Amino acid sequence: MSEATSQKIPVTVLTGYLGAGKTTLLNRILSENHGKKYAVIVNEFGEIGIDNDLIIGADEEVFEMNNGCICCTVRGDLVRIMDGLMKRKGKFDAIIVETTGLADPAPVAQTFFVDEDVQKNARLDAVVTVADAKWLSDRLKDAPEAKNQIAFADVIVLNKTDLVSKGELAEVEARIRGINPYAKLHRTERCSVALADVLDRGAFDLDRILDIEPDFLQADDHDHDHDHHHHGHDHHHHDHGLKHYHDEDMQSLSLKTDKPLDPNVFMPWLQNLVQVEGGKILRSKGILAFHDDDDRYVFQGVHMMLEGNHQRKWQEGEKRESRLVFIGRELPEEAIRKGFESCIVS
Amino acid sequence: MTEFTPPPDSASIVSVTDRVKPIALGMAVTSVHFIGPRAAFVGGEENVVFVDGQGELTRVAVHSGGILSTASDGKRLVMGGDDGKVVSLDAKGEVTLLATDPKRRWIDAVALHADGAFAWSAGKTATVKSGKAEEKSLDVPSTVGGLAFAPKGLRLAIAHYNGVTLWFPNMEGSAEFLPWAGSHHAVSFSPDNKFLVTAMHEPALHGWRLADNRHMRMTGYPGRVRSMSWSAGGKGLATSGADTVIIWPFGSKDGPMGKEPAMLAPLQARVAVVACHPRNDILAAGYSDGTVLMVRLEDGAEILVRRNGTPPVAAIGWNAKGTLLAFADENGDGGLLEL
Repeated sequence: MSEATSQKIPVTVLTGYLGAGKTTLLNRILSENHGKKYAVIVNEFGEIGIDNDLIIGADEEVFEMNNGCICCTVRGDLVRIMDGLMKRKGKFDAIIVETTGLADPAPVAQTFFVDEDVQKNARLDAVVTVADAKWLSDRLKDAPEAKNQIAFADVIVLNKTDLVSKGELAEVEARIRGINPYAKLHRTERCSVALADVLDRGAFDLDRILDIEPDFLQADDHDHDHDHHHHGHDHHHHDHGLKHYHDEDMQSLSLKTDKPLDPNVFMPWLQNLVQVEGGKILRSKGILAFHDDDDRYVFQGVHMMLEGNHQRKWQEGEKRESRLVFIGRELPEEAIRKGFESCIVS
Repeated sequence: MTEFTPPPDSASIVSVTDRVKPIALGMAVTSVHFIGPRAAFVGGEENVVFVDGQGELTRVAVHSGGILSTASDGKRLVMGGDDGKVVSLDAKGEVTLLATDPKRRWIDAVALHADGAFAWSAGKTATVKSGKAEEKSLDVPSTVGGLAFAPKGLRLAIAHYNGVTLWFPNMEGSAEFLPWAGSHHAVSFSPDNKFLVTAMHEPALHGWRLADNRHMRMTGYPGRVRSMSWSAGGKGLATSGADTVIIWPFGSKDGPMGKEPAMLAPLQARVAVVACHPRNDILAAGYSDGTVLMVRLEDGAEILVRRNGTPPVAAIGWNAKGTLLAFADENGDGGLLEL
């Protein structure tokens, strides 16, 4: 199973609002000496300064699937390009899809969920969003696309941090966390992030949904990057954890219980929830402990599309705890909480 | 491998596997067409390999990258590549550059007319070149999924999102739009010019009766239809996409409306490619498990041409007389059968 997954070509989706630095990051990925060859699907030719015969122009043609699922849109051009690229299998190691600044990442991600042929050959690795530290706060107010891209991200590259003060940086990070506390966040200047932090993340790999703790609760790279900053305000390095913003329309919702769930209640509830509210739910993830089941069950979803599987045995001494995360727009929090509680075996 | 399937040759099925001349092409294959006396296997990238009756291989370089689209009239192949070029290959093995996209965009689709005219598409633009006349182009609303010339007159069908555009390149303002929601890929006219059929992105075909543009929905496939072939005389359209060959009846004026398709040659594998015999009511089908069968349309009687246990069959085709059958799997291992 995991062998089949590893043979599939990883696809990184690169999003970000206009001017945030997507092309800079792309040029870095292509020019760095990593010995890998990337096929790159771009929306505009000519911006990439690297000579690469596997740069393909795309038109971002989104169409609705005729399957009665209203938000089930896919990128038709991607289906076609993936089909053509597969004729050159072996000539590249990974694929990067750059979207336009105004694009919704969902149709790209959904293409990898619903298209049989695409799924056979490729796997979505992660959605990487480049954000402009100086202008993101403004864009979150006036551009729904920018908010979508933050909410959808697995990795956020917060770029141009040299153009803002420490306070402004804390502010924009808090706004990002108000929308999506789960994405890995990297502060950069000129997109100088380690490529291992943006590529080959396995963010959509069910086997790697190991923890769904908010990113800032973990001992990640945040704590050791203040030597980039000039005035040595080391004592402020917890700012981003203290300030809390609640975005008016885009939130994340986290549910947790250490009591076992009844799969016969939970599964229909989850299915129904994404059917009814799938338009609002951008991403969902969960690790579940079912009653009378020694295996962990993991799932993830994009809008109405879900995939899930038994992952492995609960280990000796491991806390059998169920956790769910939803990121979405105007989530009906009360109803979701109540519904989840009704799935607990009493 | 652990599946329990009785070995095909142990059943009552007639086998001609020992009469197949094996071919090792050494490349991924996407289609095969007979050009003159030789079979031309089209590779996934760069090359076409000719195979003659003796099994002799001749490799010809045609593109400097992936070969995305192919059409043939039995005299030559026309191909489009991800190098932005449209090239033709004749029976002598001569390669001619027919066109180059100025922006080096992918040539997604090509079509070839019986009178020598040809068409290609890059992005939303379809272009036709007929004899000495100037190239003529038409932009459709979205990327072209497939092209086909009508059997009569110089008329081109251009499949795209939400329908098909029919166009007479020599008549200004003649484009006619046949709408149907969804993404349309391959497109094909029935040989009698009465019906137009597209293979859609979803597992279905869509058809129009051209006299009145009446819709024909052909659904029920478990997988996408990637291969379609009209039977001799055009009375049936054989298709891949299910674990049997699905043949839609087009013999009457209503086409398949309100009728059930014939379902022949069921196996525990998906039909990957189909090719109807050019003269008799026989077809050849290649499956996802490597099996190749010949099937009689009348009663579904089967002859085994190749056993299972290899990668999916990727290419299958007959010569014009119907005396030779050529096929190959995705890895380029194939065969030639003389009847």
